[in-house]
Amino acid sequence: MDFVKAFIVGGLICVVGQILIDRTSLTPAKILVIFVVTGAVLSALGLYQPLVDFAGGGATVPLTGFGHSLAKGAIEGAKEKGILGAFIGGIKNTAAGISAAILFGYINALIFKPKSK
Amino acid sequence: MSKIKKDYKNIVTQEMPKSKHLKNAIMAFIFGGIICTLGHAINVFGASMWGLDKVDAASLQAIVLVFLGATLTGFGVYDKLGNIAGAGTIVPITGFANSIVAPAMEFKREGLIMGTGAKMFILAGPVLVNGIGASVIIGLIYCFIG
Repeated sequence: MDFVKAFIVGGLICVVGQILIDRTSLTPAKILVIFVVTGAVLSALGLYQPLVDFAGGGATVPLTGFGHSLAKGAIEGAKEKGILGAFIGGIKNTAAGISAAILFGYINALIFKPKSK
Repeated sequence: MSKIKKDYKNIVTQEMPKSKHLKNAIMAFIFGGIICTLGHAINVFGASMWGLDKVDAASLQAIVLVFLGATLTGFGVYDKLGNIAGAGTIVPITGFANSIVAPAMEFKREGLIMGTGAKMFILAGPVLVNGIGASVIIGLIYCFIG
């Protein structure tokens, strides 16, 4: 059942992105920025965590979940260490994804030839 | 306007975009749903098999999905998938990996420092700048009013 919830909620968040692509003139880069910031703001308002509790991966895998992790980390950091924690918490919470993307990005650039478009 | 032109315009403006948009939305739903379910499975696996706590399981989920997105991009599969899935492959974190790996490979010809090193963030940079910036501001607001 948890997997069904993850599928439906994750799918629906992607549909929102698809509608923005089809119905507006926003570029994918702008849409991703909107998703991350929206996730962070919803998280700060306490609205995103319930969705994570409900849908698990369905809420954490889309980029709104990345924004949520950033904001959640910053708030937890602020609770523990005040202003210092506000600066530390966000990236600390998302370090795995960012570091992985940098490392694998670099390795793939070394291994694979660019695809000519 | 002649009848044929009117008919043609009707067909183009009414029939085509709607059906295309609906198909796009369904594809985004299916592929986005599959990727999120996979992420959820990785999370559950890490928690049950290795006893990871919530934070570590989330990190594992991010690393494995980024690895998959990066590798599929390297083999040229992810972009082909994107032609079918649209936002279903852009919105998940695998799409974030794709947005870093694709320019990293593409700009290799400009060198590893100023090509790959600099241009790999051409799409992900705005996401990180705005996301991290917003999170710090949120943390600071929490400090003062929370």
